[in-house]
Amino acid sequence: MKRFIGFIKKEFYHIFRDRRSLFILFGMPIAQILLFGFAITNEINNVDIAILDHSKDATTKEIINKISASKYFSIKQIIEKEADIESVFQKGHVKAVLNFEKDFSKNLIKDNKATVQIITDATDPNTANTISNYVNAILQQYQKDVNKDITIVYQIIPETRMVYNPELKSVYMFVPGVMTIILMLVSAMMTSISITREKELGTMEILLVSPLKPFQVIIGKVFPYIFLSIINAVVIVMLSIFIFKMPVEGSLFLLALESILFIISALALGILISTISATQQTAMMISLMGLMLPVILLSGFIFPISSMPLPLQVISNIIPAKWFIIIIKGIMLKGVGIQFIWKETLILLGMTVLFIALSVKKYKIRLE
Amino acid sequence: MNNNKVIQVEGLTKMFGDFTAVNAITFDVEKGEIFGFLGANGAGKTTAMKMLIGISNPTSGNANVAGFDVFTNAEDIKKNIGYMSQKFALYDDLTVRENITFFGGIYGLSRKRIKEKSDALIEELGLQNVANKLVGALPLGWKQKLSFSVSLIHDPKIVFLDEPTGGVDPITRRQFWELIYKAANQGTTVFVTTHYMDEAEYCDRVSIMVNGKIEALDTPKKLKEQFKAENMNDVFLKLARG
Amino acid sequence: MSISVKHISKSYKSVNALQDISFEVKKGELYGLIGPDGAGKTTLFRILTTLLFADEGTATVAGFDVVADYKSIRNSVGYMPGKFSLYQDLTVEENLDFFATIFGTTVEENYDLIKDIYVQIEPFKNRRAGKLSGGMKQKLALSCALIHKPKVLFLDEPTTGVDPVSRKEFWEMLKRLQQKGITILVSTPYMDEAALCDRIALIQDGKILEIDTPEAIVKHYPKPIYNVRANNMYQLINSLNAYEHNHSVYPFGEFVHYTDNRTDFNPDHLKAYLESKNLSNIHIEKTIATIEDTFMELAK
Repeated sequence: MKRFIGFIKKEFYHIFRDRRSLFILFGMPIAQILLFGFAITNEINNVDIAILDHSKDATTKEIINKISASKYFSIKQIIEKEADIESVFQKGHVKAVLNFEKDFSKNLIKDNKATVQIITDATDPNTANTISNYVNAILQQYQKDVNKDITIVYQIIPETRMVYNPELKSVYMFVPGVMTIILMLVSAMMTSISITREKELGTMEILLVSPLKPFQVIIGKVFPYIFLSIINAVVIVMLSIFIFKMPVEGSLFLLALESILFIISALALGILISTISATQQTAMMISLMGLMLPVILLSGFIFPISSMPLPLQVISNIIPAKWFIIIIKGIMLKGVGIQFIWKETLILLGMTVLFIALSVKKYKIRLE
Repeated sequence: MNNNKVIQVEGLTKMFGDFTAVNAITFDVEKGEIFGFLGANGAGKTTAMKMLIGISNPTSGNANVAGFDVFTNAEDIKKNIGYMSQKFALYDDLTVRENITFFGGIYGLSRKRIKEKSDALIEELGLQNVANKLVGALPLGWKQKLSFSVSLIHDPKIVFLDEPTGGVDPITRRQFWELIYKAANQGTTVFVTTHYMDEAEYCDRVSIMVNGKIEALDTPKKLKEQFKAENMNDVFLKLARG
Repeated sequence: MSISVKHISKSYKSVNALQDISFEVKKGELYGLIGPDGAGKTTLFRILTTLLFADEGTATVAGFDVVADYKSIRNSVGYMPGKFSLYQDLTVEENLDFFATIFGTTVEENYDLIKDIYVQIEPFKNRRAGKLSGGMKQKLALSCALIHKPKVLFLDEPTTGVDPVSRKEFWEMLKRLQQKGITILVSTPYMDEAALCDRIALIQDGKILEIDTPEAIVKHYPKPIYNVRANNMYQLINSLNAYEHNHSVYPFGEFVHYTDNRTDFNPDHLKAYLESKNLSNIHIEKTIATIEDTFMELAK
């Protein structure tokens, strides 16, 4: 036990003396959260739009008023004919045009149905998508208001994304993703680098020719990073709660347990990487290409898995981060308990056990 | 300037803050001489050599290398010297021929000249069978001989060797020194920095640096007489231990 | 026997790193493996320190088999790899404490053993190991390898890249350790260090050329050997190489070591030959072979 404590003490010396890594370790989570929270946002504010109103009746006026009253849009231009649509887009004045059909309110009363066309500038597909979601939201709100007095209810299926994020705050969507990335990075990349560093320095040779048992070396190398990852997770959750006022609906205890499970699986991956790479550089490349990219691209963090091609959807299943994101989104945003996420938890647990088993098997007590 | 002196150094000094790494060293090296530049780790050898090859500016003093001033004509010095060190020599992932071509290209040799040089060099070193093999696959001794020859590819006036033969087997090492003797015989000045004293025995003259100063400078024979020592190692020990 | 190696062979892909190596090191002996880079010294050390498996052959260290009892060996040997292998970002003291702890001991407990060495670096005990000079790093590495009082000490090229003063001090330290009963196996590419060992094995290209005491190895040199010198070294070497009776011609500092292939060699004949080649200031005198001469003769 004394040996073990001595080992861990040494690891902490390494960590605290390497200012650059320490900065990455703690600066990055904060920077990422703030970046995603403030800068890279999916929210829209005061987007310029144009209106082409063929009916100019009471209903369209009311809708237009509602839209212009919202802080999301400002009406830049009223155009008179279809042919103008293209020119306003080309001049780049507006991001969207709302085209109300002729006899809008008449149709609404007669057929319970009226059409407004939302034309968006899809050169920036994300913004276009968001704009149309926002317009839809406003229209639905309006219809709800109208329908209040009427017995026949016009049922419109709400946009699912908005149910759990009614304020359309994109930072809420990003927190689980960022947390996953950070935990992955700190746990897997840092451990794999710190183990390969010993190989590169030649100190691994001395450690091997010592009475320290392999598992003591591994646990000793990994332990400080469990600790640091937990601190990071706490920092991220605190930042989201206090700076972005993000509600954590579910149990914090469950969140903590699931996070630790994910941290351990990432650490096991880190050890696995270190067993197959001889230099810090290789370890870093493998971590970045093999772990970070899939986490960013395939975990559903940025691109919805449901809209991926089938082969990628299948591949996404083997990425632990995918399951962790589902789990923490469930806990943080939906407030669900273990009964709704036990399946994902079990998959993550299975993966963790597999990684640990593999890395124990792969870990060499000799140099070759 | 005396035409026979290819390196002239007078009062050359380099300070790093308060620390004097090289303390007013003065010496000359003649054309075709094999000059050993010795010193313990941290005695200032490397710093001094960096000034002579034009990659570090002296704090004070004068130095003229291959006819150029180290302060004003550092770039011309680089064109007229060759450099070889044990740490960096050749690219392991290029073939023998590719390495020669690359280094010939760096020094602006024409393609025809590079071709001639490569053929001559490969033949001289007996590398015909491995000319198209990767340098990484060659034994260490061959690499070092090749590396030395490559450092001479542009017919420099002076070649600087930084600990050239550490760790090589004794026979290859002697073949290496034969190459050095040959180059010197053809008029190339050879400047060897090393802390391996047995390398010092091969030099025409050696200087020994201690704490930034040159404490001894003479032929190995005379130094051994002066310090009543059996070999250069003992000379060095006597000097360094004061 | 402290170390016993029997018919060890090891190859990497197409390279035969070690071929049928056998030797024995007695308890308390200072044993040198002398050979250039690439001779197989490091591979042999790694096999003996249980870091590598041999392809063939067996070996024991301190009585333990290197394969079956590797754990016991790891408890009872000290190992200093060729590359400086300490934590550069830890201080001198932290490094020493760390190695003491992982071997389940304390610095105080075995201070006697390392005292001689450690006092020299103690003034710098709060300095990071990466900031030490070559000689000091080497002393720290030796202290760390000794901190658990090993029975056998493996030093892989401890003096490479170290200046003569530190080298000399280092060998003096090894002599003192030897007196304390520690068996030491040390490798070096420097032939001049061979004379400081009790016995040496000359090794090249994975094969042992000869094993004996340094004195005996030198004495066994088969031919009279001559120092030759003249006014021009390069021409002297060329002329000697062209001489029909030469057996070996090796530059040796300011001389050339020359041996002749005739039994009735007369130096005056050689002198006359060299004069005919326009050389002057010719001196030829008999000299004593060195270990390097033997090595080259054997490796020829």
